[in-house]
Amino acid sequence: MYSRAYKLAVAIPPLLWVTLFLLVPYALLLSYSFWTVSSGTIMRQWNLENYRDLGRNWMYLQVLFRSMKIAGAVTMLALVLGYPLAYYLSFHAGARKDLLYQLVIVPLWVSYLVRGYAWKTILGSDGVLNGFLQYLHLVREPVGFFLYSPFAVVLVLTHIYTPFTLLPIYASLEHIPRHLVEASQDLGASPRVTFWRVIFPLSLPGLLAGATFAFVLTLGDFLAPLLVGGASGIMISNIVVSLFGAAFDWPLGAAISVCIMLLVLGMLFAVERTEKKWTFT
Amino acid sequence: MDLHVSGQSSVRRRFGWLATYAAGVFAFLYLPIVVLILYSFNREGVGGFPPRHLTLDWYRMLASDGAILDAVVNSLLVALAAVAIALALGLPAALALDRVAFPGKALFRRLVLLPLILPGIITGLSLLMLAVFAGMKLSLLTVIIGHGTALISVGTTEISAGLQKMDRAQEEASLDLGASYWRTFWRVTLPNLRLPLVAAGLLIFTLSMDEIAVSFFLIGRDNTLPLEIWGRLRRGLTPEINAVSTIIFLASVGLILVWYRLRTRS
Repeated sequence: MYSRAYKLAVAIPPLLWVTLFLLVPYALLLSYSFWTVSSGTIMRQWNLENYRDLGRNWMYLQVLFRSMKIAGAVTMLALVLGYPLAYYLSFHAGARKDLLYQLVIVPLWVSYLVRGYAWKTILGSDGVLNGFLQYLHLVREPVGFFLYSPFAVVLVLTHIYTPFTLLPIYASLEHIPRHLVEASQDLGASPRVTFWRVIFPLSLPGLLAGATFAFVLTLGDFLAPLLVGGASGIMISNIVVSLFGAAFDWPLGAAISVCIMLLVLGMLFAVERTEKKWTFT
Repeated sequence: MDLHVSGQSSVRRRFGWLATYAAGVFAFLYLPIVVLILYSFNREGVGGFPPRHLTLDWYRMLASDGAILDAVVNSLLVALAAVAIALALGLPAALALDRVAFPGKALFRRLVLLPLILPGIITGLSLLMLAVFAGMKLSLLTVIIGHGTALISVGTTEISAGLQKMDRAQEEASLDLGASYWRTFWRVTLPNLRLPLVAAGLLIFTLSMDEIAVSFFLIGRDNTLPLEIWGRLRRGLTPEINAVSTIIFLASVGLILVWYRLRTRS
């Protein structure tokens, strides 16, 4: 029903823009990862040296492993905090449901930086938490290990990504037909059995989506480690940042970026396939 | 919906725990924000307990802080331009995905979403490489291109949802009655998409105002507000940052509530 001119007019501009500013840059990133740098200039000779370096150098793997551990911890915590809240909102919040849901949405869109900064003022050695502990005479000297540790990174990222995790879980809980829950109860199942045998399995696609959000967004983060992580909280993207800055080794930085990208895309692909298998309704 | 089951009292006890837990999670989500706002009025600085000597000095200082005000103007400029780009391309992209069969459609659909899914550092670095490759100097323009490109997905997603709900018969009627495609687009399609367009615009604006990971790599001499704050964090913490953060917080809450209202209405 639409003319050829109409189709071209709506398809060409976004295609051109996305090709120029997304496809070409991503391709450029990939190309850089096969180039090398020699005495401050980029040599456009194709080789696998950067990837060999990554495999050989134990430090990169170690930081990547730490990043995955941090991402895993954040994902677990975000689920532990987010799932019960989503379940409460969906099944037990009653008349306050809409208001409470909006209260979850608000921090979701509050500036990353604002939240990271807030935690920095809380956790610092002359911060609010230490001031509070001293005020209660629980500690005499300020506690130094709150800030600049992997713990601080996990805490800040959990705070930032819990609402992200909650949203798809809430959506999938809302989609559960309530008559299934009633049927389970009518047939004599206890609330616990109803939850584990009916509600939980049906919410798995949302849980999976939420967990993927949290893991993927955390894995590539470099701001929280710079803000509250200190030397022991360095993550893989921080190495990329330093390779693109002071260390000036763009090709090696690009190779690490490509690895992060492949890891993320691989995960998303696997999750998409699992999700299809798990979607019953 | 509440569950109605036998043994009400045990159920209430169990869900009482759940309500307490939910309140705890809310406290965790809001505690840092409350602390942030509270200490923006604290004369003694960002730490310590309890806050004392409440003052508005930090807000006064902010009002005469040239660098912050410049950064606010830059951020507004970037955000408005990003909204323009993301909507100008998100709308045709949504229409194309809805009604045009073109080669690489499945790839396009995924490609557009990538900047939202991939860590910001990847998109930022890729665009930095393009700028260097093309010999483009880093400036607010590169930041605008970065934000605009990364947020097309938001425009496309919101507008696609709007198209799904639109009554197709109106467009068909307009075309059958002899209106041109162009006229139909302006008189029927666009007015029908008004709410999703405004909602997407608000969302893109808010996200752009807060964006930091992509801007980090594309910024030139002029800072956006988040990068100006970022730079100051390295020099030391003052309640002035709390004050500006409080204002950002209130502004985002305002915009998001408007967005949410629009969304539930459409």
